[in-house]
Amino acid sequence: MASGKPIITMTGITKVYSVGGEEVRALDGANLTIREGEFVSIIGPSGSGKSTLMNIIGCLDVADSGEYILDGQSIEQYSEEELAKIRNKKIGFIFQNFNLLSRMSALSNVELPLIYQRLHLNERKAQAQRALDRVGLSDRSSHKPSELSGGQQQRVAIARALATDPAILLADEPTGNLDSKTGDDIMALFHELHRAGDTIVLITHNEEIAKQAQRRIRIMDGRVSEVGA
Amino acid sequence: MILQSIKMAWEAITSNKLRSFLTMLGIIIGVVALVVLVSLVNGATGAVTSEITALGNDMVTVNVRDDKGSPIRLEDLDEIASLSAVGDAAPSGSMNTTAKFGYSDVSVSLYGTTPAYYNVQGLKLKYGRFLKSADVENASYVTVLAYNTAEELFGKADAVGEQITIGGRNFLVVGVLEEDTSLFASMIGGYSAYAPFTVESRMADEPYVTALSVSPSGNTDDTESQVKSFMLTRFHQDKDAFRLMNMSSISDAMGTVTGTLSLLLGGIAAISLLVGGIGIMNIMLVSVTERTKEIGIRKAIGAGKKSIMMQFLIEALMVSLMGCLLGLALSWVILEIATVVAKTITFSMSLGVVLLAVGFASAIGLIFGLYPANKAANKHPIEALRYEG
Repeated sequence: MASGKPIITMTGITKVYSVGGEEVRALDGANLTIREGEFVSIIGPSGSGKSTLMNIIGCLDVADSGEYILDGQSIEQYSEEELAKIRNKKIGFIFQNFNLLSRMSALSNVELPLIYQRLHLNERKAQAQRALDRVGLSDRSSHKPSELSGGQQQRVAIARALATDPAILLADEPTGNLDSKTGDDIMALFHELHRAGDTIVLITHNEEIAKQAQRRIRIMDGRVSEVGA
Repeated sequence: MILQSIKMAWEAITSNKLRSFLTMLGIIIGVVALVVLVSLVNGATGAVTSEITALGNDMVTVNVRDDKGSPIRLEDLDEIASLSAVGDAAPSGSMNTTAKFGYSDVSVSLYGTTPAYYNVQGLKLKYGRFLKSADVENASYVTVLAYNTAEELFGKADAVGEQITIGGRNFLVVGVLEEDTSLFASMIGGYSAYAPFTVESRMADEPYVTALSVSPSGNTDDTESQVKSFMLTRFHQDKDAFRLMNMSSISDAMGTVTGTLSLLLGGIAAISLLVGGIGIMNIMLVSVTERTKEIGIRKAIGAGKKSIMMQFLIEALMVSLMGCLLGLALSWVILEIATVVAKTITFSMSLGVVLLAVGFASAIGLIFGLYPANKAANKHPIEALRYEG
């Protein structure tokens, strides 16, 4: 396995924050490779540098030093505008608390990243509808988030991440706000997407969830290491 | 993208209708103040100006106070009328007396004049004829009545051929003027009648011309200066011997006053629009803070600074333009009501003042939306995502 072309290649990634005049190395020379079609979980306790790693993978932040190549593109000191474009095209974010816009219908939420791609209306609707189909919510497209259950909301969020056909799905504790039954359903959806060829990076502190991935990567004190194989 | 931003702005505005309306209220009041005040002043100015024009805007009138032993006679008017800048000259002797017909009587101002008066004053006949030269020469007891005088005396307007008594003498009614519906007439009120100068001067025991009106042949200012120099020569260079009045100088003065007035009122209205703009900025700043999370989500899924900036700027612009439209609609209603109440004056919004209001409101929306929009666009995505409001 792990034979696809590398989607994420990190070498010597370092990120330093200064908190109250004291330097904190959130990431300290992290190396990481994730290939196309892999389902990888990143596990670590809070304060381990997990969030920082996620922010850098998701291009919400840039590293102080080291090299990060995402889908063949080197992410350096880009401007905010350029990083936004990269996020839009290559990353599909899935958050713990869903982060849907409450004023909009499910379909409009899924359309949102496509709007920022300046896609034509018909194409946009079709693509958003396709993404909702994939998560099995095509019959709920006109519902607002408040009219949906937690599991359904997370499915809409996953559809939104899928809509742009990104290089990776980056999920941050996607089952953290759900009961175990619904959480299992969401995990089943991830497996299904994985089988369909999507690359998934799942960040969690839950060993049980992490174990379900094909590969586990542990992060501790800003250092990254492979768990088993 | 702009279409999408407009849609998003509309959703944001309608999601909190009361707040949006209250924000707009500042702009609504500002626009109403601006449009209504300027339109009222313009309407009143227009009405007064057209009144003055109707009165014979270009007429020059002279009142003799002291004839210095060389009074103006009727024959002297020909001399004045022959001045190059003078069209016509007519005496306007006047006396207050009573007109009677049967059992009805009315106090009238009787004007003694010549046929030239008709053109100089810009009068219009309804029935019969005006005074003729022969009437003046023969001192005939004929009279022309104003419309309201005829109605008051006879209960009908067409009184031509009737015999009436004015100041105890019998007169034949030869003509009736058209009804004067002007604001000026309704302000001054009263009843008038016109008789040959020779008749009126005898009745008033004032054989000389003490008041006259002159119409210009071209430029009114030239007329004024020629008549003035004629009078100065006549009255030994004593400029206190007579009083000369030029109607167009009155309307010029009027124009200056109303121009200043509309500038002043417009300025006050503009200040209230400015206050409305500050209201927009205030609410936009609250809105940006409230929607920090939304901004974070949008940024995470790929909205750039420009898109966020555009979204909030269009929202501010839309609030102010919607306020402007509501304000214009309300102004229209107010002006229609004012027109009904004022009766004789028609108040309407000019295209200029509408454009001014729209332009001003857009500028205010943009200027006061800029800072909040910039604040929204510059939020860091990670911190914005973490925000829990």
